[in-house]
Amino acid sequence: MNFQLPDLTPMIPELSMTAFALMVLLLDLLIKKKEVVALISIAGVALVSLTLFGPSGTTFGTMFISDGYSTFFKIIFFVNVILSILISIKYIAVEKINYGEYYSLMLFSTIGMMIMASAGDLIVLYLGLELMALSTYVLAGFNRHDIKSNEAALKYFLLGAFSSAFLLYGISIIYGLTGTTDLRAIASFISARDLTDNFSLLLSIIFLTVAFGFKIAAAPFHMWAPDVYEGAPTSITAFMSVGPKAAGFAVLGRVFMIAFASVKADWAAILIPIAILTMAIGNIVALSQTNIKRMLAYSSIAHAGYALLGIITANNEGLASMMNYLMIYAFMNIGAFAVIIMLRSEGFKGDSIYDYEGLSKTHPLAAVLMLIFMFSLTGIPPTAGFIGKLYLFVSAINAGYTWLVVVAVIFSAISAYFYLRIIMYMYMREPKTTVTLTTSFSNGIALGITTAAVLLIGILPSYLLDLAKAAIKGF
Amino acid sequence: MIQQLFFIYFAFAITGLSLLVVTRKNPVHSVLWMLLLFFHIASLYLFLNAEFMAAIQVIVYAGGILVLFLFVVLLMNIREELRIGKYIGAGPTGFTFAAALLVVVFMSLRSFVAAPPGIYSIDLIKKETHTMVLGKLMYTEFLYPFEITSLILLVAIIGAIVLAKRRLKT
Amino acid sequence: MVPLSWYMLLSIIVFAIGVFGFLARRNVIIMFMSIELMLNAVNINLIALSHYLQDMRGQILAFFVIAVAAAEAAIGLAIIIALFRNKATAHVDEIKEMQG
Repeated sequence: MNFQLPDLTPMIPELSMTAFALMVLLLDLLIKKKEVVALISIAGVALVSLTLFGPSGTTFGTMFISDGYSTFFKIIFFVNVILSILISIKYIAVEKINYGEYYSLMLFSTIGMMIMASAGDLIVLYLGLELMALSTYVLAGFNRHDIKSNEAALKYFLLGAFSSAFLLYGISIIYGLTGTTDLRAIASFISARDLTDNFSLLLSIIFLTVAFGFKIAAAPFHMWAPDVYEGAPTSITAFMSVGPKAAGFAVLGRVFMIAFASVKADWAAILIPIAILTMAIGNIVALSQTNIKRMLAYSSIAHAGYALLGIITANNEGLASMMNYLMIYAFMNIGAFAVIIMLRSEGFKGDSIYDYEGLSKTHPLAAVLMLIFMFSLTGIPPTAGFIGKLYLFVSAINAGYTWLVVVAVIFSAISAYFYLRIIMYMYMREPKTTVTLTTSFSNGIALGITTAAVLLIGILPSYLLDLAKAAIKGF
Repeated sequence: MIQQLFFIYFAFAITGLSLLVVTRKNPVHSVLWMLLLFFHIASLYLFLNAEFMAAIQVIVYAGGILVLFLFVVLLMNIREELRIGKYIGAGPTGFTFAAALLVVVFMSLRSFVAAPPGIYSIDLIKKETHTMVLGKLMYTEFLYPFEITSLILLVAIIGAIVLAKRRLKT
Repeated sequence: MVPLSWYMLLSIIVFAIGVFGFLARRNVIIMFMSIELMLNAVNINLIALSHYLQDMRGQILAFFVIAVAAAEAAIGLAIIIALFRNKATAHVDEIKEMQG
């Protein structure tokens, strides 16, 4: 029996990322200054991102797929990890959790997301998801002397493990029905054996929706999100409000669009109520929040609801606008967290929305940046958030879901209340407490990048959307 | 016939033991019932011609995971545990949900049709031995997921140390 | 010969018992054990299907599930120990630092 090693060239990004993550883990032993480890990680991710545009194709049978779709998502993950590391450097020193493992766990989590985006097989998808999730559980509880952080990790862990059991049960039913776990083989088997009306198949789709719904924090599977986002270290909240969510959307898109292509009507009917409920709960409950991390958690739930419109549309235009939206969301959400993180200083938590009262008087620049990100999250032109929502809504209207877009616009209008409340506090109230900002060079860079991206995409939107449309070609 | 009788014994034992695991007040008892449960599940795997899976079920689950559980359970205050109620306020809702899930899945699975059989017939596995077949596949066709698993285990080691070590150097 | 449907029925019963334990119990360690129960239910399903479909994929996935369950146990119990150091409780309804 002879065995030939498959062609490894399409997976160079994953391989080099793994090598870098292991190197960072080892360098942590030798380097005393953890800032250097952070810089090496950023440089590593930047170097690996150059290999993203190498050869594409499938390898290991069809378990690994490198195509435009996966590459676009990998760019989102790299943006996410670089920006999150940038905003962490000063913050984790303030929180006194400045250990080198922090960065390697972030990289391992990113590898898990990359594996998910490239997965062509349900086994690989499950393992990638677990790699991402296990690293993120540890990161959520990284501040181990803080009871809130422990609690966040525990809740995230229990509900994450619960949802992956559902994922596995769904996979086992699909496996029994089709005898395979390969996405394309599942699709051809379903149409060849005419399983489209089979209740077992519908059941497995529901189980998979539950599992992915937990990952993207869609209602009614969102209950972990507010507590976890509030309790986790702020930099990790930023990291996991973008990365795992985008990875969840990547697999949702690929599994539903490829494996379940012939039962589109069924899963669209499941996803539509979920999307409406997600937008409703996210936007309405956010109105009553006084903790800004908790408020952004509900806002992130609501944004998952908008992005689900792109999947419900079930065509390339919808997927492209969903990818476009997730990229924009990465910039604006991490940007908002980069402002929030500055308010945390020694002995001052700075996560209540009342801490923002009169910020424009004491720290005008920070207030302006927060204003931009809040406008973008609301979806007010000329920011990127407006463009993202616009394309999502247009693609949904083109697919005939006008009533759903009307619902989304109404909830979007409701969301203006809680985003603009922050702006109102910053500009129209007198400062009550003296807030000292913890500024740092790296956080400044992160703010610079995110602000520039939010404004540039807002003014010149076609470039990113063309990129997403090109990426989806041949999907 | 004899096979069916054995299956019926194991099915009832597994169901009963699972119920014991989730309903015992004392967590130490739960862990010990679970140990017995895992041995029963391993025996079930033997019926399915999966000797290797039965072996790792015993080695990893009973020998590894349950020992971890036992250590953590022993850290707990058992007396406190025995004093208070074992179910949360929403317990009945949980029961209703689980029962509804059981009924819904049972109804849907009535339409289940198994896929046509593949090449790994019982005779082939018997001829090559189960461990050999599994090992060959694991290191060839499924090499990629196998490597991902190694990363998962590495993350577990790092994570467990980061979270549970008493004092970390900065 | 035992029919496949018997195994699938056993699997869903154990799965549902696990779901019940997770949703109803107060102790986080028992909740975690319920999750292990659910994973075992999936494994019974996978290995039975693998046997009846005469295909090894199911067993290979079950093998990975066991490996991941071990990793999960290590991390989950580490999280519980970290929580224990700060607050000596293992009851899910007492763990509520955050309310909103």
